[in-house]
Amino acid sequence: MDLDPLMLSRIQFAFTISFHILFPSFTVGLACWIALLEGLWVGTGKWIYRSLSEFWTKIFALSFGLGVVSGIVMSYQFGTNWSRWSDTVGNVLGPLIQYEVVTAFFLEAAFLGILLFGRDRVPRGIHLMAACLVALGTVLSSFWILSANSWMHTPAGFEIRDGRYFVTDWWRVVFNPSFPYRLAHMLTAMFLTTSFVVAGISAWYLLKHKHHEHARLGLGMALGMVTLLAPLQIVIGDLHGLNTLEHQPAKIAAMEGSWEGGPRAPLILFAIPDPATESNRWEIGIDGLSSLILTHDLNGSVPGLKQFPPDERPDPRLIFWTFRLMVGIGLLMLAVAVVHLVLRLRGRLYSAPWFHRILVGCMPAGFVAILAGWFTTEVGRQPWVVYGHLRTADAVTPSLTGEAALASLLTFVVAYTIIYGAGTFYLIRLLGIGPADRPPLPDPLAPYGAPEGVQWIKRPMAAADEHGRAVIEPGE
Amino acid sequence: MDGSEGSLLTLAWVGIVGFAVFMYVLMDGFDLGIGILYPFVPREEDRDTMMNSVAPVWDFNETWLVLGGAGLFAAFPIAYAVVLPAMYLPLLVMLVALIFRGVAFEFRFKAMAQRHWWNRSFFVGSLLATFAQGVVLGSFLQGIPVEGRDFAGTMLHWLTPFSLFCGVALVFGYALLGATWLIWRTVGRLQDWCFRASRRLMGFVLVAVAVVSLWTPFLLPEIAQRWFSMPNLILLSPVPLVTAGLAVALWRALDDGRERAPFFLAMALFGLSYLGLAISLWPTLIPPSVTVWQAASPPETQVFLLVGMAFLIPSILAYTAYSYWVFRGKVTGSFGYH
Ligand code: HDD
Ligand code: HEM
Ligand code: HEM
Repeated sequence: MDLDPLMLSRIQFAFTISFHILFPSFTVGLACWIALLEGLWVGTGKWIYRSLSEFWTKIFALSFGLGVVSGIVMSYQFGTNWSRWSDTVGNVLGPLIQYEVVTAFFLEAAFLGILLFGRDRVPRGIHLMAACLVALGTVLSSFWILSANSWMHTPAGFEIRDGRYFVTDWWRVVFNPSFPYRLAHMLTAMFLTTSFVVAGISAWYLLKHKHHEHARLGLGMALGMVTLLAPLQIVIGDLHGLNTLEHQPAKIAAMEGSWEGGPRAPLILFAIPDPATESNRWEIGIDGLSSLILTHDLNGSVPGLKQFPPDERPDPRLIFWTFRLMVGIGLLMLAVAVVHLVLRLRGRLYSAPWFHRILVGCMPAGFVAILAGWFTTEVGRQPWVVYGHLRTADAVTPSLTGEAALASLLTFVVAYTIIYGAGTFYLIRLLGIGPADRPPLPDPLAPYGAPEGVQWIKRPMAAADEHGRAVIEPGE
Repeated sequence: MDGSEGSLLTLAWVGIVGFAVFMYVLMDGFDLGIGILYPFVPREEDRDTMMNSVAPVWDFNETWLVLGGAGLFAAFPIAYAVVLPAMYLPLLVMLVALIFRGVAFEFRFKAMAQRHWWNRSFFVGSLLATFAQGVVLGSFLQGIPVEGRDFAGTMLHWLTPFSLFCGVALVFGYALLGATWLIWRTVGRLQDWCFRASRRLMGFVLVAVAVVSLWTPFLLPEIAQRWFSMPNLILLSPVPLVTAGLAVALWRALDDGRERAPFFLAMALFGLSYLGLAISLWPTLIPPSVTVWQAASPPETQVFLLVGMAFLIPSILAYTAYSYWVFRGKVTGSFGYH
């Protein structure tokens, strides 16, 4: 059998990055949510914030661990499988990735320990600061890696000498044309993803009549976030698409399933694109709408795949559908936001089981949309890895054999299946246990749920080891 | 591959990447070592203690690996593009092993019936990751064929008796670091056990260091010449002598039951071995032929990064120190958020 190291490396990269991105998608939003809860706890002294934060911190720790180990794989793959790419673009992308390590990863990793284990070892303010720094680290991490990725889509600020890239303007490298859109769209996507998970879990507790107070708080906050971000995401997505139209018209043509292009192009709702015949089968479209969306003019001209030489076209078969999946989920999120507003105005948000069931069902929505979006972005960039300059086929490691690539791909598939399976299992179990409904050692005088005025007392450092729990005293 | 010889910038980058790799070896070294010792301690509650002694910091320790890799990629892209493909299979083993041991930290405390499973995953993961790192080091020392700007060997080029020996040697080395760390951070029976283990491990480590030191000069004539030609033989003689002195001091410290000194002496032992390797190789970056000057990325890249590094690395060191300080003291019983 003839094993193609290029194809196998591509599959391996797509597999490992898809696995990796699931965790940051969730942990970036979660870290910010935890920082918010910690701030509320320090600000108001209400125990519920602290206990909700402790609960989500456990889930965060598990997801973060998985994010870290799958991330290390990513950075080594650049060299092992894409050595030509590393050599040609190392001067440009190396520093961005290095900055990610020193500004983001170290920040996260150092303060993560304090966030998870340090509550009773450091003053409250420092613990809050640790939570904020971990959140900042995750956001910075997204900043740098997305800058690197965007540069490969819209390279700028460089010159080529002897086939290698040299930087002429760092500002233009970092803030390359597609970066602001991609960063805004991705960060919003991450916050939406986390909000849907938090809302889903809270709704599930309401359905099970468990952890009522926590569930209401979580549901209210998460859906508030969704209401804010779901419409915003659609606007950003539209702007992102216009930016792509400007820089990567072939990708837009593939996403739209448009072969001919031209004015008054239809928005195609259903079709099976067929590269062999250069046309769509079973096409159903709405006349002129694609032109309207992309150019904001019914008679605007949109690109078509046939305008590009066959060896510079992305394959539309997959991304036509992944794009629709993402947009569909975006509209679904908007619908959830609207229904939530109606229910909240009627005062029925916490007593509408049918809506809570929908929310439970929507928990994976963000993850699916993110993967769909990335597949659209990355497959749509093909056959280039650095758009218009370096072909994916020229980026692969020349010494890599098909057997070795297959061995590594299979190893990662098996390893990730085990880890992912176990991780999901433990996550579900943690979610089943849920947050602590009352503070440990409640004061007999204080009613259930530790009302205002009840404060946590930090133990002296020395006593903090045995179990790391603090005592509670009334009205300090 | 041009690059002006002796540029100060490149020198600074050699320092930074070298420092990152060394920090990684020390920091992840002791927590991998703990994983290697894991199945050998007598009681399950000792295993809890061992894990708790590194749980708040392991993730941080591993980040130095990313810094070393990314630093190499940024400052010496060609080295990254040649060395990593040459080590394809050992690196694959290392990555997968690191995955399995990394998740064990989280999963072990959440598992009930399957706990022994994650114990095993922690041990085997630590052992294989260490062994693979030793193999990478060994095959790096024995030289990597380069043609044009690509690795020119086969997928099994790394596989030699020397590289396998280095793998085994590093297992003992990390185990020694782990055992001395536990002496410092634990009490009672576990600590006693670590004193005994350290003494035994030290024997293996000394033999391994001696064998590697005598073997490397035979791998590449340049290395032999570096050490055994005339003024060098005298100028460099402090390196082996200080190493021997450190070994004696470590032995004494273990005998006297000192709690903190063994860990620092073991780290110093690693430091000198590392220095020895650096002397053997300088100024080669990819043995035997590519020098750091040839592999360096252009000044505009190095400057851009150096500006940030100059103040980020000190801040990283400051908050590392703070974070270790927060978790100072003996680890007893269970603490944490589990
Ligand atoms: C919760 C996730 C989520 C949701 C609801 C949406 N997206 Fe999205 N989208 C992403 C998550 C995402 C992403 C995973 O974050 C991508 C992949 C790469 C990127 O920059 O963002 C993406 C890429 C992406 C691209 C490709 C850009 C490129 O290839 O250069 C376009 C045109 C859009 N999106 C447009 C939209 C529109 C019009 C949406 C509204 C209905 C929408 N997205 C909802
Ligand atoms: C996190 C979300 C991401 C996802 C889901 C994703 C997905 C993919 C997929 C599916 C491919 C394969 C396309 C194909 O071969 O047809 C690919 C290619 C690639 N991506 Fe991404 N990507 C993501 C982010 C990134 C980032 C942040 C970078 C770099 C900084 C990156 C670098 C690359 C490279 C170098 C390739 C070329 C290899 C190839 O074409 O297979 N990707 N990605
Ligand atoms: C090919 C591309 C990528 C590489 C090489 C990469 C590398 C890494 C590495 C090495 C880590 C572990 C850091 C640690 O030691 O703490 C990590 C974690 C992380 N990555 Fe990625 N990554 C990639 C893609 C992405 C993308 C596309 C995003 C977001 C848009 C992202 C965001 C994060 C975040 C936020 C973390 C820390 C949080 C967590 O681990 O859950 N990464 N990544």
